[in-house]
Amino acid sequence: MSNRVINILVPIISIIIGLIVGAIVMVVSGYDPVQGYSALWTGIFGDSYSIGNTIRQITPYILAGLAVAFAFRTGLFNIGVEGQLILGWLAAAWVGYAFELPKIIHLPLALLAAAAAGALWAFIAGFLKAKFKVHEVIATIMLNYTALYIANAVIKKLSDGSFKTERIHDSASLRSPFLRELTDNSSLHYGIIVALLMVVVMWFILEKTTRGYELKAVGFNKHAADYAGMNVNKNIILAMTISGMFAGLGGAMEALGTFGNASIKAGFTGIGFDGIAVALLGANTPLGVVFGASLFGSLKYGALNMPNAAGIPEEIVSIIIALIIFFVASGYIIRVALQKLSKKKEGQ
Amino acid sequence: MEHVIEMLGIRKEFGNFVANNNITLQLKKGEIHALLGENGAGKSTLMNVLFGLYQPEGGEIRVRGKAVKITNPNVANDLGIGMVHQHFMLVENFTVTENIILGSEPTKMGVINIKNAAKKVQALSEKYGLDVDPYAKIEDITVGMQQRVEILKTLYRGAEILIFDEPTASLTPQEITELIQIMRRLIAEGKSIILITHKLKEIMEVSDRVTIIRKGEGIGTVITAETNPNQLAEMMVGRQVEFKTEKTEAKPTDEVLTIEKLVVTDYRNIDKVKGLNLKVRKGEIVGIAGIDGNGQSELIEAITGLRKVKSGHVKLNGTDITNMKPRKITEEGVGHIPQDRHKHGLVLDFPIGHNIALQTYYQSPIAKGFVMDYKKVSEKARQIIKEYDVRTGNGEMTPARALSGGNQQKAIIGREIDRNPDLLIAALPTRGLDVGAIEFIHSRLIEQRDKGKAVLLISFELDEVMNVSDRIAVIYDGQIVDELNPKETTEQELGLLMAGQSSKNNMNDAKEGND
Repeated sequence: MSNRVINILVPIISIIIGLIVGAIVMVVSGYDPVQGYSALWTGIFGDSYSIGNTIRQITPYILAGLAVAFAFRTGLFNIGVEGQLILGWLAAAWVGYAFELPKIIHLPLALLAAAAAGALWAFIAGFLKAKFKVHEVIATIMLNYTALYIANAVIKKLSDGSFKTERIHDSASLRSPFLRELTDNSSLHYGIIVALLMVVVMWFILEKTTRGYELKAVGFNKHAADYAGMNVNKNIILAMTISGMFAGLGGAMEALGTFGNASIKAGFTGIGFDGIAVALLGANTPLGVVFGASLFGSLKYGALNMPNAAGIPEEIVSIIIALIIFFVASGYIIRVALQKLSKKKEGQ
Repeated sequence: MEHVIEMLGIRKEFGNFVANNNITLQLKKGEIHALLGENGAGKSTLMNVLFGLYQPEGGEIRVRGKAVKITNPNVANDLGIGMVHQHFMLVENFTVTENIILGSEPTKMGVINIKNAAKKVQALSEKYGLDVDPYAKIEDITVGMQQRVEILKTLYRGAEILIFDEPTASLTPQEITELIQIMRRLIAEGKSIILITHKLKEIMEVSDRVTIIRKGEGIGTVITAETNPNQLAEMMVGRQVEFKTEKTEAKPTDEVLTIEKLVVTDYRNIDKVKGLNLKVRKGEIVGIAGIDGNGQSELIEAITGLRKVKSGHVKLNGTDITNMKPRKITEEGVGHIPQDRHKHGLVLDFPIGHNIALQTYYQSPIAKGFVMDYKKVSEKARQIIKEYDVRTGNGEMTPARALSGGNQQKAIIGREIDRNPDLLIAALPTRGLDVGAIEFIHSRLIEQRDKGKAVLLISFELDEVMNVSDRIAVIYDGQIVDELNPKETTEQELGLLMAGQSSKNNMNDAKEGND
């Protein structure tokens, strides 16, 4: 079996095994897997409304995945995407309602504010790593908590003790009547275009610019980068900052597209952490992230239909979804199995 | 005499590639048998077959006259075969004893009996004159000592036949001498040794017989006493090899590099270069001879801007470049072949082509503003790969990691020389390379000299310094203690100076240059 065949087979087999194990879970807990999976399918692709909402769900996953993947490619582990995203969310919401501007200025300004907020939060971790050798994993985990509670405190303050900010003005919104009509009143918004644009931006930075070359070189081998006259510290900080920018924009999708405000959160959104899985599923490439986010987003959204349409409790649904993703992520095992199999065949 | 190991007509294939074809190696009891071949000739494959890591497609292995199938390393261990790996397999923060018993810990009801093991290690160490402290931590002992731990590991497991894989690659000259004594001691105690190497000098000194392989083919076995380095090299490479590097008289002119009263500290802030003076002129190769750790690394890093200078000056063509940024120094006209090609010289995960752009990626024509033209990167890479005979599996897109050491080094040298620097610093440029590659690299250094460039060569190998340099500066304890003409000195004299003994024609430390 050639490598190319294996590369194509691995994800397909992974998903099939995941679905089979999920089916076993359903059978064991007394539910009909056929009914369950058809509910999942309808939940994702059933009608234009579902498709619209699925895409809406995928959008922040793409940006969170890009943030993690970008950091990985430059030798950093950004666990702080969650916190950067929360602050991006808040910044976008604030700019969205606090100013009254024409759309052509207001929307870009709100997006920019979100990117800047995420970038700033990641910059702190990058700076600490570059100057004081503080490991970015520790710094970003702690910064996640500070971001969450700062955001909550600010929202409380801004809304005079309420639990959510005012609604953003239409001039800052990513939603559009056109998309709503197209998808039967779903909450699909133009954020997907921003996300896909950022996919191109990441690819361009890493693969087409001298800066990308430096960032990758520093990530792989900072001694060689130093030898080649690159400024290692500057590149570490910059890599983290760019990663945070993607994360901040992920927050803007929620503020300007899905929710239209920022509200106090009892806990983390989870999008930032899922971004790690998305990036790994996508092998840290920009296009891979789109596939990873699509899988994640559609399963998450489609699963919402399973309790209603097939009567499967939410807990079981969560287990099934986690299992499918687990098997996709363990593609390595399947790869090894396939290679052994093909070796055996050659041996005969 | 009895054969303890016979590998007869061994054949090993990887897909369509034949790594070993009909190779025969017969090890007599109590001999040191060298296995000689260039990098990539198939030495390691053959030994991995013997050690049970690979299964051969053809041939037979006999141990003490009995045909055996060695299906995994445990079988090899049981047969009394032990391997001393080139890259040590030791746990850094474990003690010597803990490392040695790792995998076969003597336990009583689940509790390890370290004391008994340490006693056994101590006894073995004394028997073979290894002088290892069983309770020392690996991270605290020298590389030479770590290697002895590897040797002890095999002895502890009852090895009768020891395979040494390139054992001298990372040792200092003294440690090499000591290792050779240890090997003789092992033989005296009845062990047999297979020595994998491409260093002819060591083979001549220590081995009884030599088996040569070339491109996976067994070329033959000769008795060391009846051969000479030239014949061995020819059998290994398949053509005549020049040991004395051919070169004309140097015609040095203007000073390129001037170092005055240079003081540099190491990472612990201890002075390692202590008021060093040195000059290198256009059209000459100055070789710095010295034992590792006498300030060579700090000196190079200070010249190239990778380490801060505490006091003193470095001048290039009259311009003071002391404490400039590395990039600025590179642009001023310094080429640097770094001592550790994996750490500094290459980004191993990049394709080799991208590595060739490492110093020029931000300049025209590769960069147009902030956009990088990877087509130009590939063009340049293909040119250098061709000019410097870099053998890659898949052209310029082959990962640097996948290249052999010699080819990695050729790519680095190509990259540095192609920028046409006024000063070329070559630090241990031939470390771990085989004779063919060494010959190539030496001729490139001399070619630069003949073009009127200044070359600063740092080496731990006396042969190399004597052969290639036009002038030898001996470094000891952070200073140039003497400067010699290679034609008028001997290895003995150099060796003494390197060890800190003053020679009869000792010059004043402050006076430098050979007038």
